[in-house]
Amino acid sequence: MAEVDVDPITTLIPGIDSSQRHLGFVWGPGDLLAYETQYKPTGAQHAAQSCPFVHVVRKDEDIYSPILRKLFNESHHIFVGLQNMKDDVPSKNKKHQYVTHVSKNYRSVIRACMEELQRVAASDIIPRWFECMFIRQVSILLAVELIWNLCEVLFIEAAPAGSLLLHLLDWVRLHKADVDEKAQEVLQSECPAEHQAYWDVTVCYILQGRIDEARQILLKQASQQPAARVTFKLMDSLLMKMPIYNPGGTQTLTEFDVKWRRWHQECDRCLQDNSFASHPHLELICKILVGDEDTLLEQREHLSTWYHFLVTRLLYCHPTVKPTELHYYAQASMDMFLDGRSAPEPLDSILLAAFEFDIHQVIKDCSIALNNWWFVAHLTDLLDHCKLLQSHNLHFGSNLREFLLLEYASGLFTHHSLWQLAVDYFDHCPEFGRVYLELQIERVPLDTERKALKVLRICEQRQMAEQVRSICKIMAKKALRNNRLGSALSWSIRAKDAAFATLISERFLQDYCTHGTFSDLDLIDNLGSAMLLSDRLTFLGKYREFHKLYAEKQFAEAARLLLSLMTAKIAPRSFWMTLLTDALPLLEQKQVIFSADQTYELMHCLEELTTGKVAPETELSMQEDNIEATKIELLRLALARNLALAIVKEGTLEA
Amino acid sequence: MFVARSIAADHKDLIHDVSYDFHGRRMATCSSDQSVKVWDKSESGEWHCTASWKTHSGSVWRVTWAHPEFGQVLASCSFDRTAAVWEEIVGESNDKQRGQSHWIKRTTLVDSRTSVTDVKFAPKHMGLMLTTCSADGVVRIYEAPDVMNLSQWSLQHEISSKLSCSCISWNPSSSRAHPPMIAVGSDDSCVTYGGKVQIYEYNENTRKYAKAETLMTVTDPVHDLAFAPNLGRSFHVLAVATKDVRIFKLMPMRKETATSSGPTKFEVQIMAQFDHHNSQVWRVSWNITSTLLASSGDDGCVRLWKANYMDNWKCTGILKGDGSPVIGSSGQPVALSAAGGSSALASQNALNGVMAGRKKAQLMPG
Repeated sequence: MAEVDVDPITTLIPGIDSSQRHLGFVWGPGDLLAYETQYKPTGAQHAAQSCPFVHVVRKDEDIYSPILRKLFNESHHIFVGLQNMKDDVPSKNKKHQYVTHVSKNYRSVIRACMEELQRVAASDIIPRWFECMFIRQVSILLAVELIWNLCEVLFIEAAPAGSLLLHLLDWVRLHKADVDEKAQEVLQSECPAEHQAYWDVTVCYILQGRIDEARQILLKQASQQPAARVTFKLMDSLLMKMPIYNPGGTQTLTEFDVKWRRWHQECDRCLQDNSFASHPHLELICKILVGDEDTLLEQREHLSTWYHFLVTRLLYCHPTVKPTELHYYAQASMDMFLDGRSAPEPLDSILLAAFEFDIHQVIKDCSIALNNWWFVAHLTDLLDHCKLLQSHNLHFGSNLREFLLLEYASGLFTHHSLWQLAVDYFDHCPEFGRVYLELQIERVPLDTERKALKVLRICEQRQMAEQVRSICKIMAKKALRNNRLGSALSWSIRAKDAAFATLISERFLQDYCTHGTFSDLDLIDNLGSAMLLSDRLTFLGKYREFHKLYAEKQFAEAARLLLSLMTAKIAPRSFWMTLLTDALPLLEQKQVIFSADQTYELMHCLEELTTGKVAPETELSMQEDNIEATKIELLRLALARNLALAIVKEGTLEA
Repeated sequence: MFVARSIAADHKDLIHDVSYDFHGRRMATCSSDQSVKVWDKSESGEWHCTASWKTHSGSVWRVTWAHPEFGQVLASCSFDRTAAVWEEIVGESNDKQRGQSHWIKRTTLVDSRTSVTDVKFAPKHMGLMLTTCSADGVVRIYEAPDVMNLSQWSLQHEISSKLSCSCISWNPSSSRAHPPMIAVGSDDSCVTYGGKVQIYEYNENTRKYAKAETLMTVTDPVHDLAFAPNLGRSFHVLAVATKDVRIFKLMPMRKETATSSGPTKFEVQIMAQFDHHNSQVWRVSWNITSTLLASSGDDGCVRLWKANYMDNWKCTGILKGDGSPVIGSSGQPVALSAAGGSSALASQNALNGVMAGRKKAQLMPG
């Protein structure tokens, strides 16, 4: 495969003198930042910079075009449908039909997009200088559809000799629609036969093999020239007798060929006999019918492209052309048509490669010529489904289809909404899709909770545990920074990050100590099993439960829970004082809530707390200590009183 | 390619480094004016400077962001022989209204005796670890054991590379298949020591970093190096900026015995070498998917390199200053392109004129 070497394009950065300064850069999502700098680290102060700008450099990417977005969305839909096509489709024929159908779908999407672009370009919506961009875009899509259509005919439909030509004729006709416009004009005029474009239209019909329409239009002329009635009748009969291969019919290709040759000879005889000598236009038509090369070449203007010339030539010289013979004719036709007047363009080489059935060359040249991987990625994928691509052993051991899909999808990923389409493409790249997705999905900016949840859902569906954890951690950290404890807690739970959950629980508890209330009660009340993530979190949940029980006046339950928090060591030692203080109201109720045993336990806890206390060092801690001492006294008193009451109560019952 | 936007960076001296944060929504610039500026990108794509402060007492060479899992954290290194760690604190509400934020210094790392030439955070799966390298030839790896308290950093490892160091790069791969790996480049002009790129690997048993490989073929001063993102390959890819651009393939060779305690042996191959800059190459960097490599050289150009599906590398684009001076210092750029104004440049470059009769073909995108 010859390497088409293309020179890299230079993009100029304004304001920087490359002979004086270096160009610094950094990669960004979808762009490159460039700035003036100097890389020799001498440490000395430099002369002040002359270009104080940081430039954002981007690729000319179509993903930013709003109209093309529709193309990307709809082709994504088709792509996914194609991937999900069952391999156990009943017959090979059905599969073939389906793939052809998909190909036509893609093409209709391209056409729809093209029409939309044309419509917008023609309207007054967009400013003048934008218009040329739209027009450029339309011409690219036209080229894309042309190539796709040809690939469909040659590779997917894979028409054999006979129907091959018919398909090629359709192909040419589809892309030379201006004839119909002209024809309309002519036919709707007062006197069609005298319209200046009359013969142009007629000749174009002949060149495109639209025999019936040619006959119709010739009738108009015939009726105007009764004197030449015989000549016109002759032409009409020639045209009528022209054999057209019918693939569904009973006639074999050989039979058709014989018939066609006979007809061809008849046309030739007419020329030799000078039957049309009196009528130069009809003679021209007859020359075309015999496939006279020079005549055809003279019709350059009507043909306008070498591939039209090729198909016309085949129609009138060799309608039973075999697929394998195409490339001889193609190369020759291109050479003859261009005749050194202009060099072949990228489109020409691509079409030629298609006629040569060199799929890889087609894909390669398209990759080079187009600005976007969209076309080659989808076309290659489609061809791969027809099992038309041999797998090359590539870098990383992947294949061409996957390479192109990965490139396309990676390009989509930098777009703020199209990235979601990219996910499906990665899903269908068995070798590297997952690892590419893992790498890129982490970079999606988590601007809002909603977006973060969307990204998370995608990761969770694919069991990307590390990415899930990372995203949740980032969100938790962000929430914590902004003091949204509830949000931070729920994100850490989702991240299964015990350490962070502990940290946030501590903050909640600190807040409670300071303000006397909890924030985010809903969250804490509904922790459920998530509570078990970390000890501190468990404590937080249970502690809140205690408050709820107390509020509902379920004092006995509340008391039991409070005690268990200390005895089961769920509560951190630092919080015991608070808990004991919480016990005070329970101790001071009229009824006895804590049993004697429970009271002994509470006293024990208090003792544990108060032993080993260090003497205060500062004035402030002395003050705090005094408050502490008062609290402890109060507790001791309350506990003692409760113990007495409890013993009496229990003693009484026993009696 | 086209210039979509130009941001007036407003530094009083040359910018030495620009760094994007992980999500590409924030950027930090550092300069010889000893300050660092932080920029935020708005919804509409405009960049606003939200902080600007003096960070060092000498030129600031590099600035880098920590992974957002650790919060909003920056590290900078300077000619003043120090590296510093900065954290953004959520400011007062009126600050938020003015669009300003505050960064405070969490720590200064003063162990180096010479200019600190590079500072990089290790991959996040290793925890919050910061690495510096200096002209004194030492690579230092610091760790913050408590990620909630960024003022505590401990020096975990000191690697003496015997040569003046200019750059470091961590292998970003978090695969368990291989231990943490760091590449160190030297711009020492001394010729007796052969290879100017050294690869160190962490050994679980000794709990130390040991030299695994020296790239002996790189004998000229190295100015930058960059490991490519791993993407599930079994080998590592390292780009080196020296007198040319070189891309190395490092294939770990299987250890003889399961309990072999030495560092991994590598088979080193050169994947590509480009001397298009025709001069010293100062920076190399991979894009996020490691499909493109960019390099900056003495010729004042930035070149983009891409491998096609047959693994052939080619230059696919060049950025170059247009040589025009900027008019005035009022901050008005000469050629500020509006978002769509690229069409002028685009048509000049004769792109996509597939059907429009243009001769030049657009090159391989990517």
